[in-house]
Amino acid sequence: MKHFILTMEGVNKSFEGFKAIDDLNFYMDEGELRVIIGPNGAGKSTMLDLITGRTRPDSGKIEFGRDTDLTRLNEYRINRLGIGRKFQTPSVYVEHTVFENMWLSLEGTRSVWSTLAARISSSQRERLFEVLKIVGLAERPDQKAGVLSHGQKQWLEIGMLLAQNPRLLLVDEPAAGMTDEETARTGELLVSLAGRHSVIVIEHDMVFVRQIARRVTVLHQGHVLCEGNVDEVQNDERVIEVYLGRKKKAEAA
Amino acid sequence: MILLAVAAIGLVLLPCLNAFVPASSFWHVSNFSINIYGKYLCYAVLALSVNLLWGYTGLLSLGQALFFTLGGYALGMHLMLMIGKLGQYKADIPDFMVFLEFPKRFPETGGLPPHWIPFKHFWFAIAAVVWVPALVAFIFGILAFRSRIKGVYFSILSQAVTYAACLMFFRNDFTFGGNNGLTDFKFLLGADVNSATTKRWLYVASGLLLLGVYLLCRWLTSTKFGLVQRAIRDSENRVLFSGYATANFKLFVFVLAAVIASLGGALYVPQVGIINPSEMAPDKSLEAVVWCAVGGRGTLIGPILGAITVNALKSYATRAFAEQWLYILGLLFILVVVFVPNGLVGIPGQLSRLRKKFTTRAQPAPAPTLAPTARLEPAAKE
Repeated sequence: MKHFILTMEGVNKSFEGFKAIDDLNFYMDEGELRVIIGPNGAGKSTMLDLITGRTRPDSGKIEFGRDTDLTRLNEYRINRLGIGRKFQTPSVYVEHTVFENMWLSLEGTRSVWSTLAARISSSQRERLFEVLKIVGLAERPDQKAGVLSHGQKQWLEIGMLLAQNPRLLLVDEPAAGMTDEETARTGELLVSLAGRHSVIVIEHDMVFVRQIARRVTVLHQGHVLCEGNVDEVQNDERVIEVYLGRKKKAEAA
Repeated sequence: MILLAVAAIGLVLLPCLNAFVPASSFWHVSNFSINIYGKYLCYAVLALSVNLLWGYTGLLSLGQALFFTLGGYALGMHLMLMIGKLGQYKADIPDFMVFLEFPKRFPETGGLPPHWIPFKHFWFAIAAVVWVPALVAFIFGILAFRSRIKGVYFSILSQAVTYAACLMFFRNDFTFGGNNGLTDFKFLLGADVNSATTKRWLYVASGLLLLGVYLLCRWLTSTKFGLVQRAIRDSENRVLFSGYATANFKLFVFVLAAVIASLGGALYVPQVGIINPSEMAPDKSLEAVVWCAVGGRGTLIGPILGAITVNALKSYATRAFAEQWLYILGLLFILVVVFVPNGLVGIPGQLSRLRKKFTTRAQPAPAPTLAPTARLEPAAKE
């Protein structure tokens, strides 16, 4: 039997009566790059919150790998299993240097006592610069993260994720606020990660989605509306209805 | 180097000027001054503990005076028991216990509440200075941090707990002397606690404590732990989603800061000769926060400078204009927040930035520092 890296079955979550996630079923293969799209309020970010332990589902199953139940674990334990998350607004440590940002993210022990005596080893340093090269920041390890440009901060955060060497990366709107050139480079980077890592990308920008997507999941009102490649999804009647429905009605009126 | 010089002046020169230079000389440092300076040093220790929480971890605790006072009480209890029969009532037990008719309440121990008994031993009192606040901080911290109480809610809660403790200590039946607290100390380790020599050594001990705590903070902030601490301050979510159990880190810092504050309080009490519940009133914790802000939060030296300057100002102002002191303090806080947000230690940097601004404005068409890279990029594209 085939095993998914992520399985969500019959997941429900409501906030004070509002059903943010409604009977969600989602399956993802190991090494896959999956793009999730959907109109505002479709439940995309809530879905990531559920996977990363920020909120717990009211009911349903969320499993990582063969049989790790994610619904009972908190954020840092889920992260230690190998699930890394990039937030929508870049969240890096602005007062720390690029190097320090990366060092805090490198895989390794995370206990209070271990950090008191921690020294960076030469192999760790090598790995750190390897990742910095990937995200194009190897030239400026001593710069404060706060003075980086918006795009560079996004990349630094992706680099911090890579340093953790996660099995599954959750990336929330990586291209937001980037120039076209930066967006294209981010796309290349994400595509190159697929295979070694499994990647979920949430995105609005359809040009960007076209560039990176193999398989797209459309979320609507907390439910999977359809799944397929970019062309299938863009020509799907229901998707057009959801995205353009209001426009159609407006035209009719 | 500077540290060494300051430590030498503070720890060796001043006590020597107090002990060996005749009182008539210009260079003499009076017993009164040494005593006041010793007090300031204890306040500086308290300020460092606030800074460890607020400046480095982003936890604005408004309850550090609680731990300062707990340390004071722990040592104060030992000092009370060392009075012996020299009190007003010439009894075996401290005066307030006679006065409050404790012999009727605790007849089997002759009036001494059972939990006071081990405080006859100096070592037990010192151990209590460490473990009592550590335990209180641990319980409070584990409840607050595990339930993810953050920001202003944490501040309010820490102040509420401190106020509750304050009210509890005010009660006579809480066995810690009620609103009079503990006072009339006579001996510390067999020495007369009010003699000039003892005060001098207490001053030296305070200086050594401050130096030790400063070095501890300096080391801690240089470790990876220090990086995590500041990361929690700036972006706690990122730290949490990077696999760190942030609650444990905050708990560690909170307990450590409590012990530091308590040690400061323990040395403070024999120098001022009294400890009472008003020391843990809400405004005391707030004052410590102001010292930090005035000196420069999130720096190692700032809180020490702040504690000493503000208290020196307070000593002067409470004598010169006693009624207006709190307004002066409030005004000072506002001025610092508005005009010198980085505190006293930030002033040199601010001045040099100002000077740069003026000099660059004077020159025609200043070249922006980013220009070379900006010119390079399009060239690279072509």
